[in-house]
Amino acid sequence: MTKRVEERQRVVIRFAGDSGDGMQLTGDRFTNATAVLGNDLATMPDFPAEIRAPAGTVHGISAFQIQFASTEILTPGDHPGVLVAMNPAALRAELRSVEKGGTVIVNEDAFTQRNLEKAGYSSDPLQDGTLDGYQVFKVPMTSITVRAVEELGLSRKEAERSKNMFALGLVSWMFGRPVDVTLDWLHRKFGDKPQVFDANVAAFKAGHSFGETTELFATSYEVGPAPAKPGTYRNVAGAQALAWGLVAASERSGLRLFYASYPITPASELLHELSRLKNYDVLTLQAEDEIAAANVALGASFAGDLGVTGTSGPGMDLKAETLGLAVMLELPMVIVDVQRAGPSTGMPTKTEQSDLLLAMFGRHGESPMPVIAARSPSHCFDAAIEAARLAVTYRTPVILLSDTFLSNSSEPWLIPHVDSLPSIDPDFAMGPNAGREFLPYLRDERLARPWAVPGTPGLRHRIGGLEKEDGTGDISYDPQNHERMTELRSAKVDRIADDIPALDVTDPDGGAQILVLGWGSTYGTIEASAARVREQGRSVATAHLTHLNPFPANLGEVVRSYPKVLVPELNSGQLAMLVRAAFLVDVRSLTKVQGQPIYSEELEEMIVRMMDE
Amino acid sequence: MNGPGVPNESIGSVGTLTKKDFTTDQEVRWCPGCGDYAILSTVQSFMPELGISPDRTVFVSGIGCSGRFTYYMDTYGVHGIHGRAPAIATGIATANPQLSVWVVTGDGDGLSIGGNHLIHALRRNVNLKILLFNNQIYGLTKGQYSPTSEEGKVTKSTPFGSVDHPFNPIALALGAEASFVARTIDNDRQHLSQVLRQAAAHRGTAFVEIYQNCNVFNDGAFDVLREKPRGTHNQIRLEHGQQIVFDEGTRCVSVGDNGRLVITEVATTPPERIVMHDVHGRPSLAFALAHISRGPSEPTCIGVFREVERPIYGEAMMSQLATATERLGEGSLERLLHSGDTWVIS
Repeated sequence: MTKRVEERQRVVIRFAGDSGDGMQLTGDRFTNATAVLGNDLATMPDFPAEIRAPAGTVHGISAFQIQFASTEILTPGDHPGVLVAMNPAALRAELRSVEKGGTVIVNEDAFTQRNLEKAGYSSDPLQDGTLDGYQVFKVPMTSITVRAVEELGLSRKEAERSKNMFALGLVSWMFGRPVDVTLDWLHRKFGDKPQVFDANVAAFKAGHSFGETTELFATSYEVGPAPAKPGTYRNVAGAQALAWGLVAASERSGLRLFYASYPITPASELLHELSRLKNYDVLTLQAEDEIAAANVALGASFAGDLGVTGTSGPGMDLKAETLGLAVMLELPMVIVDVQRAGPSTGMPTKTEQSDLLLAMFGRHGESPMPVIAARSPSHCFDAAIEAARLAVTYRTPVILLSDTFLSNSSEPWLIPHVDSLPSIDPDFAMGPNAGREFLPYLRDERLARPWAVPGTPGLRHRIGGLEKEDGTGDISYDPQNHERMTELRSAKVDRIADDIPALDVTDPDGGAQILVLGWGSTYGTIEASAARVREQGRSVATAHLTHLNPFPANLGEVVRSYPKVLVPELNSGQLAMLVRAAFLVDVRSLTKVQGQPIYSEELEEMIVRMMDE
Repeated sequence: MNGPGVPNESIGSVGTLTKKDFTTDQEVRWCPGCGDYAILSTVQSFMPELGISPDRTVFVSGIGCSGRFTYYMDTYGVHGIHGRAPAIATGIATANPQLSVWVVTGDGDGLSIGGNHLIHALRRNVNLKILLFNNQIYGLTKGQYSPTSEEGKVTKSTPFGSVDHPFNPIALALGAEASFVARTIDNDRQHLSQVLRQAAAHRGTAFVEIYQNCNVFNDGAFDVLREKPRGTHNQIRLEHGQQIVFDEGTRCVSVGDNGRLVITEVATTPPERIVMHDVHGRPSLAFALAHISRGPSEPTCIGVFREVERPIYGEAMMSQLATATERLGEGSLERLLHSGDTWVIS
């Protein structure tokens, strides 16, 4: 039979299965084939904290969502148009998010009585009308996979393990993804394990042929490449981009990167990524606890390295005292906080932007430090370089905020030229700075103090957490001095506003009456929602903060120039509180704390509602 | 790679150093009569003999009376936060293996709030010399019991006596796989210098417990060992390769009937039963010697308990960098960014 090929502008697919079914891998591979095809894309893995929750249960479902398009896109999409459900639990957990009339592909073999019960279904959703209104494809994925790998002599259990590759093959056919990209990857990954390699290839090909030859699927879809600036592209996830940004900062400053960290979801990815880069002169140390990790990094900075520690919310709580010490020592240090849903252990694998006020104020005494936030997976690269630049230039700890969503998500990235990256000057102290004396707290015009590392002849000095005398750095309990030092530490951070770009406002039509102001990972959603509003012929302005402390110098002017300001955040209104406090502007909040990103349609609705008020 | 590219060799070759080269102009502010004065003076006098420039020496301390030590040493120094000195020092020593890094801590700082960092520094064998001033009390916070205070100790926070069982710092260090473990006493300048000398010569983490008298909140805690002539009778001085004999040759450490170490009279002990000290052997001997007394209120071992060679943490890390570079080639950022699948849009 002849198959129809339909063209689509954008597609959202969600792969869902047991946490042991390999859905993340499937999604990842589909993403790479999609990237190579030149589509614009955005992805969102969504998995449980349990490594292997009881098989077949709803809370053990691991999902991966990708939106890809022939136009520019900014989010992984609100509602999947295609759901691949490997078992009844996946269907039960994910069906409600699928768009009306969407496509549902199920592994029919998994819909046994026992699995239906485990998923909490009292009747079979494939038969009882649950899926009315959806386009349903029932595919016996497990049995076909087992047959496809029959000759390889694997146990049934081993054979079944390849069913994710069958699903990948099938969906790859449906959307015309290149086959060789996946086969090349399988070769790289399993080339030295012939049996595993053969099984995965057989299952992948079986899935592909199943789409092509069976009558079940009458249509495949084509999504053309998206227009993009010329250059070399790659797909990059936030964690990877952030790690590489730190390496880039190391290279651009000539400082060795010393990364000390304690395992914690979702920040461990950074430790893993950097631990592999030993030939880049990157030292990594897995410390005994979060506190040690921060102190090791600070010690490394004292010794002249670029000391960096990374963690998530609970680890930030533990590092707080050390961050205060870093403020007092005025040494360069970068602290990466990959935010997750809190408080306490909260929902470790779910995203949230709820550490902004912690980053701003979460230390005793007055201990200001610069705070910056990445806005997209690839922007993590630039944000890491910027964090290091500020830390080194101003001799200060800098908090770099990422989050679970950014860390796990990926997008195409125009690879920058290395020599176009900012250069960072460590400007080490090499000699006395006050006649024949060396004063460790004598400041330059930026209020930064000299960085004299042990081993430098003649610059011996002692620093510590006790209050310092201005200039000499000697211990001081003088009341006026403490006030002066408090002001200096604060002024040093505030002056960074002169060294960062003004906030850029996007208002293509001009004359918008409403500004949507964001920070961090809501960037994609904000831009996508604004685009939808503009498509309706209405005007809306958007602006996105990378620097949260200090704010860009023009922020006050910007927020005062719009009659209405809306701040969407994955928290209960933290940036809104800061902006209100700083500028006495009555900003409105759109908040969401469900461990999931804000959907474009939610924000679009809010913008339109505010316009019509 | 490290800092401003100071050639380490040039700063290692120093002229004749004196105590003055290691002494800052800061007024020393411990209570009059504190054991810390004696330790400071001994350390300042001893440092020149190492022949390491003060420019290449770093002292790191935590919080407590011992924490002030850093300000009095004219070297590089970090006075950190409570308990974290071993972690800060780990960062320093790992980042620059050319430095001579010393940690000064106390029984509260090192064994209570910072216990975790201490044991992990010992386990890793970072190239640090850790001096733990044990006065069995919290001094700076004005007199609460510490993790080395004896059971029943009456303090401000234990008016009815402490019910906590104390740590034995030597046994703890041995249990943490420390490669060098020693104990000495604040007022015995000669013994202190000798132990410091051995600690400095050790490659890896050297752990030195120093019995230190707090004359304000816990005066006399170590009199049985510190005061003459009592100390002469009660100090069991450990010397590698020597039989363990003390109290002017009258008493010894010997192997009892059930294999346990006991203190006996030399006169009545068969010579083959007297224990020969061996710092390089199995940790069980050192562990047994650590437990020969229940505390400094009775005959107690001082000197080096154990000294073994293990790879140094920082060196092992550096050699991994070198091996990775040899195997994979020197990293190029350009290549890293282009690794994996890429595509070109023209």
